[in-house]
This record gives sequence, structure tokens and C-alpha cells, in this order.
Amino acid sequence: MNARQLKNRFMLHLDPVLLAALGGFLFISMVLLYSASDGNWWRVLGQLGNIAVAFSAMWIVANMPLHWLMRIAVPMYVFGMLLLIAVALFGEISHGARRWLHIGVATIQPSELMKIAVPLMMAWYFEKNEATLKLRNYFVAVILLVMPVALIVRQPDLGTSILIAASGFYVLFLAGLSWRIMIGTALAGLASAPFLWSALHDYQRHRIEMLFDPSQDALGKGYHTIQGMIAVGSGGILGKGYMNGTQTHLDFLPERTTDFIFAVWSEEFGLIGNLLLLGLYVFVIGRGFIITANASTYFTRLMAGSITLTFFTYAFVNMGMVSGILPVVGVPLPLVSYGGTSLLTLMLGFGMLMSINTHKQLVKT
Amino acid sequence: MNRYIELKNHQREIYYFRLRLVLSLGFVGVMLFILLARFFYLQVIRYEYFHTLSDSNRIYVVPIVPNRGLLLDRNGVVMAQNYSGYTLEIAPAKVTDMDALIAELSRLVTITPKDIKRFKKLLTERQALETMPLRSQLSDEEVARVSAQRFRFPAVEVKARLFREYPFSDVTSHLIGYVGRINQKDIEQLEEDEIASNYMGSDYIGKTGVEQSYEKELHGTTGFEQVEVDAGGRAVRVLSRTAPQSGNNLMLTLDAKMQEVAEQAFGAYRGALVAIDPTNGEVLAFVSKPGYDPALFIDGIDTETWEELNGSLDTPLNNRALRGQYPPGSTIKPFMALAGLHYGTRAPARTISDPGYFMLPGSRHQYRDWKSGGHGSVDLYKSIVVSCDTYYYGLATEMGIDNMHSYLSRFGFGKKTGLDMDGETSGLLPSSEWKAKRYQQIWYPGDTVSAGIGQGYNLVTPLQLAFATATLANDGIAFKPHLVKEIRPARGEPVMAEARMMFDLQIDPAHLKLVKSAMEAVTKPGGTAVGAGYGVEYRMAGKTGTAQVIAMKQGEKYDVKKVSEYNRDHAWFIAFAPADKPRIALAVLAENGGHGGSTAAPIARKVLDYYLLGKVPKPLQAVAEKAGSESD
Repeated sequence: MNARQLKNRFMLHLDPVLLAALGGFLFISMVLLYSASDGNWWRVLGQLGNIAVAFSAMWIVANMPLHWLMRIAVPMYVFGMLLLIAVALFGEISHGARRWLHIGVATIQPSELMKIAVPLMMAWYFEKNEATLKLRNYFVAVILLVMPVALIVRQPDLGTSILIAASGFYVLFLAGLSWRIMIGTALAGLASAPFLWSALHDYQRHRIEMLFDPSQDALGKGYHTIQGMIAVGSGGILGKGYMNGTQTHLDFLPERTTDFIFAVWSEEFGLIGNLLLLGLYVFVIGRGFIITANASTYFTRLMAGSITLTFFTYAFVNMGMVSGILPVVGVPLPLVSYGGTSLLTLMLGFGMLMSINTHKQLVKT
Repeated sequence: MNRYIELKNHQREIYYFRLRLVLSLGFVGVMLFILLARFFYLQVIRYEYFHTLSDSNRIYVVPIVPNRGLLLDRNGVVMAQNYSGYTLEIAPAKVTDMDALIAELSRLVTITPKDIKRFKKLLTERQALETMPLRSQLSDEEVARVSAQRFRFPAVEVKARLFREYPFSDVTSHLIGYVGRINQKDIEQLEEDEIASNYMGSDYIGKTGVEQSYEKELHGTTGFEQVEVDAGGRAVRVLSRTAPQSGNNLMLTLDAKMQEVAEQAFGAYRGALVAIDPTNGEVLAFVSKPGYDPALFIDGIDTETWEELNGSLDTPLNNRALRGQYPPGSTIKPFMALAGLHYGTRAPARTISDPGYFMLPGSRHQYRDWKSGGHGSVDLYKSIVVSCDTYYYGLATEMGIDNMHSYLSRFGFGKKTGLDMDGETSGLLPSSEWKAKRYQQIWYPGDTVSAGIGQGYNLVTPLQLAFATATLANDGIAFKPHLVKEIRPARGEPVMAEARMMFDLQIDPAHLKLVKSAMEAVTKPGGTAVGAGYGVEYRMAGKTGTAQVIAMKQGEKYDVKKVSEYNRDHAWFIAFAPADKPRIALAVLAENGGHGGSTAAPIARKVLDYYLLGKVPKPLQAVAEKAGSESD
């Protein structure tokens, strides 16, 4: 194989459009991390390492034939559930939550794995029963979704459980769940809201309360929200300029490199920067929709749609919480926040999108 | 058939799927719109608000207190200065149990019951917005101990501050005054004057004396530092700095050494001394005895000490030189003599025969001369030298009270001199009009008789009498008395205080010559202050005086032994020297000192000797016992 062939083989299952957009995000991520960490190169290099790992994973998944994805769905889901149960039983408590599991040298967070495993499992289930889809099948799919979500809510990890619930819901929605059931459930949910409220943990309730009036406790529970809003608002149209965000560089902003990195971006690049970032997200989502629309099988359609919509939800929840329209639930800004696990999960998703796109084409030709 | 249906179903399924995809797309669009609207709201509509919030988040304005101006005497000797030290301060707003906190702190540093009393009094005086000093002048060791335990006491701070120090303490207490902590009343005054912002960060303000009257010169201009702070309130960097402008240093007209000489000369007597340069109005000495330790007041005085000072019979807090009002007694005579000459009531050569008393026509009431048996034949010259009362009883009666009032008021009696110190009193120069207004009574001839020798309703302050003496010494040309010679800004040229002529009485030189020569003779053999004038190496002129504290009944004889100490007569002496070309004029009052010639005049002599000859008496040389001699 010469260099050209090698390149062709490497690029064979990658989607150049998505790849360009992802490259844009990862570039932004590193630039922003440098500022958010007050010029700490280790943070940037660390993220570069995470990117390398996640990118490799994406490449591998993109090159996997579709029936492989079908084949790993069940074992992955079962494995993930076992891990979640293990976490509930023996998990390590940190920051008041039981989310992590010690396995030898590393600590893993099984809920991250479930972000992929749950929609994959549900899509597989619908594909298996495509010919004879009954209401009963939707019910089973809901059970498949509720079990892991319930375990993750219990940890407690509101952010992840919302994202997983959303990804599962998208599968159900795209699989054709009837409107009557959706509306009925929504009404039932509304009716049972008081009950759910009492089931929430104190800190989750406080977070929701603060959403409506963060100034209530400006130095306590509302601090994150207020400082985030100040950072975003004070950025104005043009922003304060790269490395010049006062909220960022004077420690007012909490979780600057992770959940609140969007505030850093907003403060330093303003509304213009926000439009640019939103544009990039829209671009990725648009590409995802195209891939979804052209997907050849029921399984791939559901999977691609769920990945795309979940990615959007991810971004929306994060930007919404930083700008003060959603409670602070601990969701990172996809592809930008520091952190290997969430990046890996996201890139696995994009790998699947690419695989769905390219393997279908191969079938056609 | 079957296959066809399945195929159709499949297409229909794809149609439904794409419909749902489009709906999802719409959902995404709506959500994106919400985000955009939110960004627009925060970053465009409410930009100003959040911009301000972000600035106030990070920018603190820290006032930088200027150094207070120094006070120097006319020779550059420091009379008030600053030194830096550490105080232990408490923010009352952060304290729930003050007593427990103080008890805890007293394990680390020495806190006396007086400190606590003073601190509690402070708490009641000023709004508890800031920190209040519990202890000042911490030792380095104490600072270290408190700093090490700092985390236990969130309400406690150790602050480095500039403190005011008065090297001459009680010797200059009534002159210099003191600074004290700014209280609610001061704040209100500052706000009224619209200079409150200049006192942001200032703890002290001049309360009395020169510290008060020259507050605006001494305070300086407060500087500001805009400091960027992080979320923990730590200063990260200084954004801008407006340097404070130190207060102006003031060079006073006074002589610190002379102040000490005068203070010592009083010995155990209470009283006051004011010395003025008659040629320009500079106040050379300004003493009120007893003084007090001004340091007691700087950080607030504790109630006990305050009551002790305030309740003392010696009234150390009373500025006698400025505010004390006493009958002038015989010191009024040279001025009365000038009045007699002016109105032609008395010709210089006209003599009267003094039998030792004076009687008003048609009355049998005897107004006694201080010397029983009288002075015999007395002319104007002799009336001053021997201080003949009878002469002035007659002179006053013939002149009439309103002429007397009119002439004496030209010398400033009954009026404030306008000294550059707040709180001056105006004394009292009676007139028939005044009496009618004050008592709704007519003026009796008997009132005039006692007024003629400076008794009755007459009241003067030592400052007034010194000013009148200076005016007389300077041939009727008066300069405004003042305490500040030069204003010296920290940067820039010093500004000299110019001598301001107030008035020229245009007294007949012949009259002046006569009265002055008689005053010179007072200090010579035959005069009432011969003792004080003994061996004098310059030409000294003066006049003794005795001010009655209690009235004597008709026929009763004043017996010093029968009268309690505080009811004894006050001794006066006014003087100027050299008599031919006066460079200094002064008035001395020794409270309950008895006779002017024996107690007040020697004090004046020491001050004159120091000023004109540079003589410094042996320190704390005992002055004559507190008892009057028989002569006046």
C-alpha cells in the first residue's frame, strides 16, 4: 500500500464533513482549556491525550460493520447493568454520590457506558421485533430504559440520567411510539410531579429551587448559576477577549474547565462567539440528521437519530444551565469540556454515525 | 401480494420515520431559538447590568488614608506627629457574644478593664459598620500571637495604623488639642460640609485646639486604590491608584520651650497665660493649667477616667486661656486711664486725695481702696503705679458707664478676638443697655464704681486681656492674634500667615507715653510688682490685678485664712517688654493665687526672661507657696 492508498484506507469509513466539525470542536476545546485553566499546559496536553484515545475509539467503531454493532448491543447492555448494580452495592462515594467503581488500577463510571449501551440495546430490540411491532414491545423497551435510569438517579447523578432518559426517549419516539401514549404519559407525569419532587435528593431539589431564584442564596447554592450568568452577560456582544475574562481568571467561575466552560467561552468571545459555537453544533446535528435520514435499516435509523438528538440535548442542557434557564445538573459541554470519559462516549457515538453512513454506501455499491 | 403489502408498509414506515425526524428537527430549532433568545437577553439587553455586576465582583475601591500634617513650633520643634503601630480591632457586626470573644482574646494579649470600658463606650458611639480598636500599640509578640490564631476569630483584625502623638502632652494639651475617633456627630458634620468622602477610611478627626481648627489643612486628601480581587476577596492586582495627599504641616507661632517655661512657672497654681507678639499678633505662648494627657482621648476615653477629669475641681478640661472668664480687676486700670485721658475726664497732672475709700455723692456707702488709709495725693501716673482704687472709683463715676463701655470695647473687651481656635468666649463688658436687656434693670451709679476697678459685671478671658495689652503695647495698633505662622504643604512652597492689622486706635502719643511709663514703674521700687521686676535686664512694663471670687460684706475684712482655697482671689498680671519697643505682651492669671504682684507677676517675669534673654529656669523650680502676701 502506498501513502495514498493508506490514506484512503484510513479515511474509508470516516465522514469528512463530521470530521471537520469535530476537529473544529476539539480545537476550540484546547484553546478554551488553556484560558480556563489559567494557562496550564498540562490541562491542554491532558485533553489532547483524551482526544487521541477517543479519536482512536471513534475510528475503530467507524470501521466496524453494522452487524457487529448489533452483536455487541446485548452484551454491552448486560455488562453495563451489572456494573451499575455493582456501583450501587460497592461503589466509591465521592462528593456525596456513589458513581465510581474501582477495578484494579482505574476508577470507572459505568453510567457513561450506558449512554451508548441503552439506545443501542433499545434500537437492537426494535430491530429484532420490527416485523411484529406491538404495544407490548414498546413497553419492554421502556423497561430496558427505566432500569438503568433508575439506578443512575439513585447514585445520584441527575445529569447523566437525564441524558440517558432522553436518548432512550428519542429511540422510542423515532420507533413510532403512538402520540396517545406519549401525551398520556406526559399528563400522568405532570400529575405525579409532586410525588417525584419528594423522591428527589435535597441537593437536587435545591438546584431546581435555585433555578427559579438563584439570588436567594448568592454565596451558597445559587452561586454557580449567578456567576455563570454574570460571566455570560458581561461578555456582551464581542466578549472581553481571549484570556481576559475576569470571571474566569479571578476564580469567580466554578468548574471552569468542565461543566462551566461555556461561561468562559461566552465571557471571552461574547454573543458572536456563542453564535459561532451554536453554528458548529447545528452543523454537526444537521449532518447527523442527513445520515439518519439516509440510514438503510430500522436499527441504524433509530441509532443514528438517537445519537444526533442526544448530542443536541447534551449541548442544550449544558448551555441552558450555564446561562440560567435550566438547573445545574452537572452536564459537560459536549466535545469542549475537559474530561476523557464524556469525550470517549461522544466519539463512540460519532464513530457509529460514521459506520452507519459508510457501511450503507458500501452495501449500495 | 404479501410481498407487495410488506413493501408498501416499509415505505410508509420510512415516511412516518422521516416525519418524526422532521418533527425532531423542529424541536431542535425551537430549543436553539430559546438558547439564542437567552443569549441575546443576557449579552445584549442586560449587558450593562451584568457588566456592572462583573466589575463590582472584582473591583474594590480601597481608600488610602493620607498622613496627617505635623505641628511644629516656631523653631521647628515637633508638637504633634504620627507613628505607626498595630491595633487589635473587632468588627462588632460579626460578633454574637462580645464578652466571650474579649475573654478569649485576653488570653492572647493583655486587655485591661479600662480597654474594655473604653471599647464598650466606643461601640455605643459609632455605628457598628466597621472595626473598632480594642487594644492599641500591640507589641510585636502580641501581633504574632494574634496572627497565628487569626483563623479562630473571623471578627478580629490586626491593623497597622498611624497614631497621633503629642510629645509635650499636657503642656500643650489646650493649645494643640487632640484628634479622636470620628463619631456619628462628626460624620453628620462632614456630610453637611460635603467632605465625607474625603474621610473614607479615616479614623480620626481633630476634636479640639489647633487639631480641630486646622482640621482641613491637617487632614490631607484621601487617595484611592482600585483593587481587583478574586472570589476569595484577596487582592490580585492594583488597577489604578490615586495617591493620597498628605496633610499640610503647620508651623505654629508658638515656642515650645517657652510653653514649658510658662507651664513650670505656674508651679502648683491653676491658671492661664497668653503671650502675643504685639507687632504682628503671633501668639507666643498659650497655656492653660492644669492640662491633661491628650493621648487619653485619641482612641476614646473610658468612662472612669473621663469622670475623674470632668469632675475634678481643678477642671483640667477647661481651656482657661480661651474660655475662662474672670473679672479683670486692676489690670483694667491702664485702659481706664487712657479712657480718662481720651475723654478729658482726668488731666495727667490732676491729683485726688485718697482717704482710703470712695463715696458716691449723697450716699454713705464706702467703696474701699485695697490699702486701708489710702495712698494720699494721687495723680494718674501714681494711680497706676500703686494701683489706687479710689482714683478709678471717681474716674469711672465721672466718665459714666457708657463712655467706659465705648472706649474699652475698642481694645476688644467684650468681644471675641478671632483667634484661629474654636470655642472662644467673648467675656463681658457691661453697659447700661446691656443691663437693661439682661436683667431688665436700670444701671445704678454703684455699678459704675466697681466697674471702674474691673470688678462688678466685668469679665475677660486671659486671651482678651493679652490681646488688649498687646494693642496698648503696640501704641493702639492691633494685629489679629493667630497660632499658625506658616502652612507647609508636603510638596510645594510654604505659605506664610500674614500679620493682619485689625485696627489703629490712634491714641494720643502723649497719653500712651504717660500710661506706659507708669506701667514700667509698676515693676520698679514703689510699684505693686516690684518683686517681679527686681534685677530685670530689660525694660519691663506691667500691671497687677486681683479678681475677687466672692464679694465682701460691708465692713468685712478679707482674710486669706478664712476663705477656702477655691474662693480665694485670682491673681492677674499683664506685662509687655521691652517697654520702649515691645516685642512681647502677655496676660497671666493664677487662679486663687491671691495677689497679682506676688504670684502672677513672677510667672510673667520667667516667660519674659526666657523670651528676651533666653533664660531657662531650673526645671520644676518650686514657685512660692500657695499663699498670698499682703501687697497688691
